[in-house]
Amino acid sequence: MTQDALLQLLEADARLSDQQIAERLGVSADSVAARRAALEREGRIVGYRTIVNDDEDGVSAFIEVRCTPERGGGFDKLARRISRFPEVRHCYLISGGFDLLVMVEARSLMDVARFVSEKLSGADGVISTATHFRLKTYKNNGLLFEEEKMHERLIVAP
Amino acid sequence: MNWNRMLSKQVTDLPRSGIREFFDLVTGSKDIISLGVGEPDFVTPWNIREAAITSLEKGHTTYTSNYGLESLRRAIAKYVEGFFNVSYDPLCEILPTVGVSEAIDLALRCLINPGDEVLYHEPCYVSYAPSVSLCYGIPKVVETTIDDLFALNPARLEEAITPKTKVLMLNFPTNPTGSIAPLETLKAIADICVKHDLFVLTDEIYSELRYDGVKHVSIASLPGMKERTLLLHGFSKAFAMTGFRLGYACGPHELIEQMMKIHSYTMICPTITSQEAGIEALKNGVPAMREMRDSYHMRRDYVVGRFNDMGLDCHMPGGAFYTFPSVQRFGISSKEFAMRLLTEYRVAAVPGTAFGACGEGYLRCCYATAYNLLEEACDKMARFCDSLR
Repeated sequence: MTQDALLQLLEADARLSDQQIAERLGVSADSVAARRAALEREGRIVGYRTIVNDDEDGVSAFIEVRCTPERGGGFDKLARRISRFPEVRHCYLISGGFDLLVMVEARSLMDVARFVSEKLSGADGVISTATHFRLKTYKNNGLLFEEEKMHERLIVAP
Repeated sequence: MNWNRMLSKQVTDLPRSGIREFFDLVTGSKDIISLGVGEPDFVTPWNIREAAITSLEKGHTTYTSNYGLESLRRAIAKYVEGFFNVSYDPLCEILPTVGVSEAIDLALRCLINPGDEVLYHEPCYVSYAPSVSLCYGIPKVVETTIDDLFALNPARLEEAITPKTKVLMLNFPTNPTGSIAPLETLKAIADICVKHDLFVLTDEIYSELRYDGVKHVSIASLPGMKERTLLLHGFSKAFAMTGFRLGYACGPHELIEQMMKIHSYTMICPTITSQEAGIEALKNGVPAMREMRDSYHMRRDYVVGRFNDMGLDCHMPGGAFYTFPSVQRFGISSKEFAMRLLTEYRVAAVPGTAFGACGEGYLRCCYATAYNLLEEACDKMARFCDSLR
């Protein structure tokens, strides 16, 4: 069993049991469990989450953050500080015109505004922010939202 | 109207496809898990669909040359040389057709004089014998058996040759058995064809779908065979493009030129949309094709294991996306097994007899179906098998 094959199956459907994966890869369930545990220990598998279509719930914003790198630590210290806020769902260091891309989820527009003005902008090292609100999701985690209904094949064909 | 007088006897005498018969039975049924299809369960990869859309957007809505787009033929020549290790001149040795089915029809019409005999191996795809009959040839079957894992047995092939034999039709990997012809067998068949001066039509539509890391070998690539072989291939199975209806024939220009003549009168050309999508498939579709192949591979291993566990003895097919399990130990015919499986357990599989009389005792089960549905189908089939004991 290759690690890639296991990850590929789990990335497509994290609910697969070790037994089901074992059947698909032609190995024992024990070896799947062991490999999965090892990947979790090594931090390669970070977690298992449900992808929810949350377009109608609350608001999301993508915030571009420009900041001053810290001597010695670069952007890491600030990025980690920002990442600790529960509102922050994603935080990436980015190349180009700004430094951090922070995705925030909150109940309302005002909550996002408050987070930006009270927490983010005031953080040491943050020079400026630009906030973009999400209007609609087309694809998330490799999954198309509003996927068109599958065109059905004939039941029997030569 | 006196239809007896009006209709061609050659056509009315043609049997209906056994698959069609079964198809009529399941039409309109709901909640059926189908292992009866003969096509991929993937949608055509997006880059290929996008190429087709772009072709339409640009207003490419005309006829093409009867030989198809030169750019397509050049892409085919390059791909075929890389994959099959045989080189063809894109200017005169390649003809894009509306699927392999059209190419088979064209080739047979160009090769057969009334009464010429054409050998083909059964169980096989449903169109071979009717296509021979339609051009007044005599289809002659060579049966294959589980003893040879449904590969064509060279000795049996040679026994079937008569002075009237002109053409041999091959299809490896095979629909419906998923069988492949081992290299030694292929060499023996090639020797027989040279010895008896036979022309070979080889339908290699499933050639990319080979498993266990084994690479496909075409009979056209064996010494002395290119000049007496028409290699038929297409996009349907490897690139999940069945609906695009695009195939091609590669072979001696003397034959291709005659085929093009019929093609120019009956078909003109495949749609330009499909041709342009085909170019994209050949140039950039291979990674997606490999992903699909690996996915079939995993499903093949699963269903073959399950079938053997439940008493449906099943060889490990080396290619295509079919398994051909035996129902013989349950003491009922293929047709009865398939009918009861369908009506009592809502799983559709095709009786082996739809692919020739020697398919009796077997079922064709296609595993190009979502994994969770395969699991469910196998559970149901296992319950059905238990009920028959």
